Amino acid sequence: MFVELGHFTLLLALVVACLQTALPLIGAHNRWSGWMAFAGPAALAQAGLLTVSFAALTYAFVVSDFSVLLVVKNSHTLKPMLYKVTGVWGNHEGSMLLWCLILAVFGALVAMFGGNLPARLKARVLGVQGSIGVAFLGFLIFTSNPFLRLAFPPMNGQDLNPLLQDPGLAFHPPFLYLGYVGLSTSFSFAVAALIEGRVDAAWGRWVRPWTLLAWLMLTIGIALGSWWAYYELGWGGFWFWDPVENASFMPWLISAALLHSSIVVEKREALKSWTILLAILAFGFSLIGAFIVRSGVLTSVHAFANDPERGVYLLAITFLFMGGALTLYAARAASMQAKGVFGVVSRESALVLNNVLLAVAAFVVFIGTVWPLLAEMAFDRKLSVGAPFFDAAFTPFMILLALVLPIGAILPWKRAKIGRVIRPLWLAAAAAFAIAALTWVVQTERSLLAPIGALLGSWLVLGAAADLWTRTGTDISRKLRRALSLPRADWGRVVAHSGFGVTIIGIALMTAWESEDIRVAEVGESFTVSGYDITLANVEEVQVANYISTMAEMRVARNGRDVAVLYPEKRVYPVAGMPTTEAAIDNGVFRDIYLVIGDEQQGGGWAVRSYVKPFANWIWAGAIIMAFGGALSLSDRRFRVAAGARRAPQGVPAE
Amino acid sequence: MIIRAVLLWCLLAGAAFAVQPDEVLDDPALEARARDISSGLRCLVCRNESIDESNAGLARDLRLLVRERLLEGDSDEEVVDFIVARFGEYVLLEPRRDGSNLILWLAGPALFLGGLAVAIGYLRRQRPQTQSDALSDDEQARLDELLKD
Repeated sequence: MFVELGHFTLLLALVVACLQTALPLIGAHNRWSGWMAFAGPAALAQAGLLTVSFAALTYAFVVSDFSVLLVVKNSHTLKPMLYKVTGVWGNHEGSMLLWCLILAVFGALVAMFGGNLPARLKARVLGVQGSIGVAFLGFLIFTSNPFLRLAFPPMNGQDLNPLLQDPGLAFHPPFLYLGYVGLSTSFSFAVAALIEGRVDAAWGRWVRPWTLLAWLMLTIGIALGSWWAYYELGWGGFWFWDPVENASFMPWLISAALLHSSIVVEKREALKSWTILLAILAFGFSLIGAFIVRSGVLTSVHAFANDPERGVYLLAITFLFMGGALTLYAARAASMQAKGVFGVVSRESALVLNNVLLAVAAFVVFIGTVWPLLAEMAFDRKLSVGAPFFDAAFTPFMILLALVLPIGAILPWKRAKIGRVIRPLWLAAAAAFAIAALTWVVQTERSLLAPIGALLGSWLVLGAAADLWTRTGTDISRKLRRALSLPRADWGRVVAHSGFGVTIIGIALMTAWESEDIRVAEVGESFTVSGYDITLANVEEVQVANYISTMAEMRVARNGRDVAVLYPEKRVYPVAGMPTTEAAIDNGVFRDIYLVIGDEQQGGGWAVRSYVKPFANWIWAGAIIMAFGGALSLSDRRFRVAAGARRAPQGVPAE
Repeated sequence: MIIRAVLLWCLLAGAAFAVQPDEVLDDPALEARARDISSGLRCLVCRNESIDESNAGLARDLRLLVRERLLEGDSDEEVVDFIVARFGEYVLLEPRRDGSNLILWLAGPALFLGGLAVAIGYLRRQRPQTQSDALSDDEQARLDELLKD
């Protein structure tokens, strides 16, 4: 009964989305305020209906209602409750329902917090947002309905993919979707502005928090996925340049560019048409990402749902929205005259460079991702593009970005005298070089990777510190007070940029310095890896709720002192008939010890893999710091749109 | 990230993890070269995973083949050519820098230079106006008009 209610509200949400698209857009065109005012309640209603629908599906999973096909395919009564709930989005249909729900929630948030938006702009934004809802709800209902019933329900389900039964992966998709779908709001603002034919500083201010929110969710989502890959895949890789990863990385790069260029629109009323283009492209890459992930066209890999029919539908959505928006852009972009002008040496030019680098980096990821397809279609070459290409072609742009970032962040708006501005940075640069030299001296490898990473990373962190130092005046005794009273957006910038530096340090040092040991070890045997004495103390089989585990007990010591006792596992999930490896990791600030137990060998003993991974956690710590910086910036007073809304007089005329 | 069918396939193939202890060569220098070469070769059944990372049986066969060739005294290039001759350029994770692949390799740098050129053009075009921050007559007139409302 509750399931039927969910199905019904889903269909109703599609109807509401159609109305939310048509009425406000027509109303805005004809200046009919009643029609325009329909947008807000419609957006709220759509979000409410989809919440009920999502709750109904969740209920079906929680009570293991095996008359629902989706539950049969993706759940099992023995599964822990947490994974029954996360199983709702651990499959194609449920994850698309989550996608639609988030889309509607973003629309509702615009309706709720957009009180100070001009009525026509607001109607148009919500209308465009509604049209995206129509497209995806149509996709959901006509190609992947999650509420299909079975006439003869089985006794039990087929279990959720065991790899998904993990906290890291369970919460990775919702964050990614918040990011992907959050960019739809920037897109709706861009298209609405194009329809209006007007972009001004206020527009920049309205669109920035949404971009920031989407970007910070994407950051968390990508970091969670990467962290999951690190501990779950059994050898500690953290990034694979897989098409599906790239699908989330491209919108991340573009939205990072967008949130920087929208600052220029807000502060200086320049780069308007470029910012609009970025807003369109950022969501475009989200759509392309959805297409890549769901269609399996790029010979990727995704475990759930590779269905050509769905792929065609998603491609059609992508073409419709991108084609429509870009056509509109071509027609209207010329009318967006820049107001603010700026010198070659200025914050604006630095942000232009930032945008060029980020956009080119995103393009490199894009062409690398689609090249196998293009090469096969156009040149009849069957080839692969893997990590070595991306490492070689993508990294230089990030290095350039890291080099210029601290200088750009410290430049004043409009124009600057470079010599005076960068004076406080000399100390940061000298310290960064000293750290790089130290890195070179302590390492035994002759690779430049670690010193360069240390140089760039510490340059970013120290450069951010110098940024803070210069912004707090010359009086040393008052610096702390002044620092604390700086706008949150300034703190956000400093924190996010440091986070970028921390991630660079983590990636470089871990890649350069990791040590690996592969061997057969008898129970009781000890061996040494990178100064750590590791003992395989015991191996036993354990039966846990819905899987059987082969669990090793391994003791780690250093210079005779115990460091940790770790329990790496090999699990077999009998229902899904699938083994997984569960590495055991001793996390540390400066190193991770990463142990994996393998098969029992014929001649006795167990295959054992041990790694010592220096600075591994810095990779994700940096990402979390970046996201935290984004959150700080988001909490800045000038983005508190709701506060402004309350002060705004009622019934503001359209123009 | 995310769920790799790759991984599922490979796990289903049975082995617990990539390079097995019995594969490792006794000579550390040779083993290091083998690891280096294998991380650039694609596991043919897994897609987008190198044979060094893959758990599939076929990847193991390829790893053993690489080591066999190295023990025979082949150089790194000879080993790679040997594998490519049998499995096609599909097996290379780093596409060769030749023919149509130049488009792939040069696209990024070309776009970067193009982007820089456009950006510099944009900066130069607006440079003369930076001379004055004062309002032009037109702007002043418009401002007056706006203030009247």
